Amino acid sequence: MANPTGWKPSMEKGAAAGADSQENGLMGATRGLAMEEPLVFEQGSPGRVGVSLPPVPAGADPAAEIPAALLRGEIAGMPEMGELEVVRHFTRLSQWNWGIDTGFYPLGSCTMKYNPKSSEALARLPGFAGAHPLLPGSMSQGALELIYELERSLSEVAGFPASVMSPAAGAQGELVGLMMIRAYHVARGNPRHKVLIPDTAHGTNPASAAFNGYSTVQLESGPDGRLHPETVAKAMDEDVAAIMITNPNTLGIFESHIAEIAAIVHAKGGLVYGDGANFNALLGVARPGDMGFDVMQYNLHKTFATPHGGGGPGSGPVGVAEALIPFMPLPVVVKEGETYRLVTDPAERPSTVGKVREFWGNMGMFVRAWALIRELGPEGLRRVAELAVLNANYVRSELKGHFNLPYETETLHEVVFDDKLQKDAGVTTMDLAKRLIDHGSHPPTVYFPLVVHGALMIEPTETESKETLDQFVAAMRSIAAESKANPEALKAAPLKTVRARLDETRAARKPVLRWTPGMKVE
Amino acid sequence: MRYHPHTPGDVRQMLDVCGVSSISDLFRSIPARLRLERPLDVPAATDEVSLLAEFQRLAARNRTEHPPFIGAGAYAHHVPPVVDQLLLRGEFFTAYTPYQPEIAQGTLQALFEWQTFVTLLTGLEISNASMYDGASATAEAVLLATRTTSRDKVVVSAALHPEYRKVLSTYLASTGDEIVTVPYGPDGRTDLAALDAAVDDRTAAVVLGYPNFFGVIDALPEAAAIAKRGGALAISATSEAVSLGLLQAPGALGADVAVGTLQSFGNGVSFGGPAPGFLAIREGLVRQMPGRVAGATVDRTGRRGFVLTLSTREQHIRREKATSNICTNAGLAALAATIHLSLLGKGGLAHLARLNHARGKQLRDAMKKAGFGLRFTGPTFNEAAFEVGDAQAVVDRLAKRGIAAGVPLSRWYPDDPRMKGALLSVATELHTPELIELFAQSVRE
Amino acid sequence: MNFPDDLKYTRDHEWARVQGAKVTVGITDFAQDQLGDVVYVELPEVGDVVKKGETFGVVESTKAVSDLFAPISGKVVEVNGPLVDAPETVNEDPYEEGWMIVVEASDPKELTELLDAPAYRKFVEEEQE
Repeated sequence: MANPTGWKPSMEKGAAAGADSQENGLMGATRGLAMEEPLVFEQGSPGRVGVSLPPVPAGADPAAEIPAALLRGEIAGMPEMGELEVVRHFTRLSQWNWGIDTGFYPLGSCTMKYNPKSSEALARLPGFAGAHPLLPGSMSQGALELIYELERSLSEVAGFPASVMSPAAGAQGELVGLMMIRAYHVARGNPRHKVLIPDTAHGTNPASAAFNGYSTVQLESGPDGRLHPETVAKAMDEDVAAIMITNPNTLGIFESHIAEIAAIVHAKGGLVYGDGANFNALLGVARPGDMGFDVMQYNLHKTFATPHGGGGPGSGPVGVAEALIPFMPLPVVVKEGETYRLVTDPAERPSTVGKVREFWGNMGMFVRAWALIRELGPEGLRRVAELAVLNANYVRSELKGHFNLPYETETLHEVVFDDKLQKDAGVTTMDLAKRLIDHGSHPPTVYFPLVVHGALMIEPTETESKETLDQFVAAMRSIAAESKANPEALKAAPLKTVRARLDETRAARKPVLRWTPGMKVE
Repeated sequence: MRYHPHTPGDVRQMLDVCGVSSISDLFRSIPARLRLERPLDVPAATDEVSLLAEFQRLAARNRTEHPPFIGAGAYAHHVPPVVDQLLLRGEFFTAYTPYQPEIAQGTLQALFEWQTFVTLLTGLEISNASMYDGASATAEAVLLATRTTSRDKVVVSAALHPEYRKVLSTYLASTGDEIVTVPYGPDGRTDLAALDAAVDDRTAAVVLGYPNFFGVIDALPEAAAIAKRGGALAISATSEAVSLGLLQAPGALGADVAVGTLQSFGNGVSFGGPAPGFLAIREGLVRQMPGRVAGATVDRTGRRGFVLTLSTREQHIRREKATSNICTNAGLAALAATIHLSLLGKGGLAHLARLNHARGKQLRDAMKKAGFGLRFTGPTFNEAAFEVGDAQAVVDRLAKRGIAAGVPLSRWYPDDPRMKGALLSVATELHTPELIELFAQSVRE
Repeated sequence: MNFPDDLKYTRDHEWARVQGAKVTVGITDFAQDQLGDVVYVELPEVGDVVKKGETFGVVESTKAVSDLFAPISGKVVEVNGPLVDAPETVNEDPYEEGWMIVVEASDPKELTELLDAPAYRKFVEEEQE
């Protein structure tokens, strides 16, 4: 997602304009005492340590066995801090952050729903956290059973006969999907060279396609924001390996022509890849496998509420249709009688594309996702989609008229506005986003999808209450009004945060990517 | 349902505002024949009390009473409880990628600290904000090398972690680059003569483990010199990061790129994931570096702050010309490692590393006393391959007693008859001398 | 928006200053404005051969990256090295100090295919709609 903050000196004018940082924001933002906190490398004192370890036994001299050239002593530059110093450091750092636990976080396409705390406790059970991946099967049946059951349920929820569990994140799942597609076509004697990708696609799509040696053909969506069968038919030929579609797409619109599109692609021997980033809109209501998708990656860190943790780790299992099962990367977990077994030997799956990561998958995320599925059950899962879609449509109805809606088409779990109505006052989507921070919310996704200029993508998710949505609507309406009455206030935002707008140009022109002694940021 | 706050009254009011009479009206855009007409076939919902009992039962079916003697790419270390308590703070845990830097300075500064730690450990100038894992980091490093040199061959040591090699060949199957594997010698290090013969003007990179899969400290300086002579990049891969607290930095020994995982710091073994992969490079390679990176800057009042930077390398801008398709990094896992490294600091890291080396020595001595020699003669850190006769039988026998003995090397090197009796085992600070003694006795009996 | 009359232009938003057989190339005021703050410029080496319509380099801002397309074919005889350390020059002075390369044109006929200032201005206005 693009993030063009790009501070210009001309914004300085707005900083002085009557933006009142003393008033509370409409979502509850108020004053707070925040603490400055230097880097760990800039504090501490020689000799301090923050750990308690057993002593090093006498008689074990590394220099007796390892050549001196391969040894080093203590590393210059490492910090030397006591435990309390470290605790205060990271406590203060955390207080500069906004999390879902802090407040509303309506990032479109990211599905920032509540991360259940019971899942944390379960993932930390020593039986899971302390299980070595190479434990013999007889010592790891609990882990294998969980992976197996999760795989069964994910496949059922998405409508596929099987799912690959190992990919570390959505983008890696996508890579796996395309690798399988390529292997499928190579096995049929015509590797094909092109992949069709709509203009609403996530940036990882063309990147993953290019990595697999495909050239991308971009398809234009219609004025209704949907991909039309005629467009696909015109581009589809026997040199197209696959089409990559997100459904609902990044405008939040359901690609209602999907079955026809899939048929057109299948008719010429191509496959249909689904980007499951927006799966939250469909849980229990519709299944990608039933729509004609042959392969789709899920994001456990979106739909299944595993924590986003500042940008990762994720987990990107991939659902596959029957025809692609032979090409699945290893390992897979199989159940034989009452025993679970990890299949890692390519001799058992000769057509496998291989492995994309070490070991078996992000087990920590599996435990959390399984815990959520177990607690929700079939009705709860369906309720997720219903409430996610209700929340997004409620926000859409309440903000229509205050912000420009580039597409009139119905949307599901997210909605995209743009800054057209605020443009004349010189206010951009970025300004709207920054001003929202001062009210007490994380901004929506900005400047994505690229088909909408100045896009503002809002995805509330199902775990937000009506009160929160009402506060959000009030704040957004207030910003819309303020953009006409006093645009300078938006230009100066955010004002309540520990840092004002940061100079991204400077960061890119003169990159400073690590601490060094005497580090100066010019 | 405790995560869904909507009351029937809420739903009614909201439907009114939307101008529809029921929630199913909002799904009109999904053609009827595509809608699921039955409930999902997943287990019935349960409550938290039952959930806890169910998961405890599952967890208990994994035998984790004793710290595992298995390393082979994942290392059980002591994670101080303070790490988790800081990590679990909701502002870290439930935050997303820092796209709005003003309200993500915690995440961004911590990433900058991670990057700095990685450069200190590896002795290279630049690190990114973490990778999915060591194996994919290795593959990405090789791709960086092929892009930078415009060459299409990579030479890899057979002593590099087999999982890393498998992942590398999966990634390179998509690009068509050639992988040549060179063997290891009786000392467990890469055969340098074979390496020299394999490196030519088509070679983009040379890759070896440091320490390698056998726990042996491989010949990185010599391998780097060979690579340099051939105009190739030298890439080192480290999966036991604690070793970098004792061993010379890869960058100081000639590596151009250092990859691996920092799982040993702050992260449990967790059945193989998640863990923070790392990738460090020397300065000149930065524009080809994959993954996110945090940089320092100032805000408009002149205060220092941090932002994601050099984004134009990445998929969301470059799309098909991106250096990689990577989007997510290993945020939380990297933060856990950063917190742990901050606690360890200069003295603590050196102490931990020396302690691990000492435990490794205690393991070797105990095994020797019990009659089991080493498979390889090269120097090791905390992990080594032992000649135990029937390694698989040993593993199976000790498994019945809840001891994870190690891995039989024949599993990954089935064609090397010298590996038939070899058991790869590790000892870390979690293994007390008494436990090590008990282990060696158990292997013998 | 400034489009000097003595220059020629392309639909890829490059300008060309023709001086005999030598052609100086850069990006227009419109291009630098669209890109935002330029942070990095990647240019060819002296001696490289460029072909009309093909890329000769890359210009990056914090939010976008753009290929640079050669307006004419020929050999690169000069490169504006200092731009690498001062990419902001492209924003501040796109037509003078922000010049990128000088090409020795191999096919003078190609020069007639370039747009003049009024035609380019019209093209930009149409693109904006």
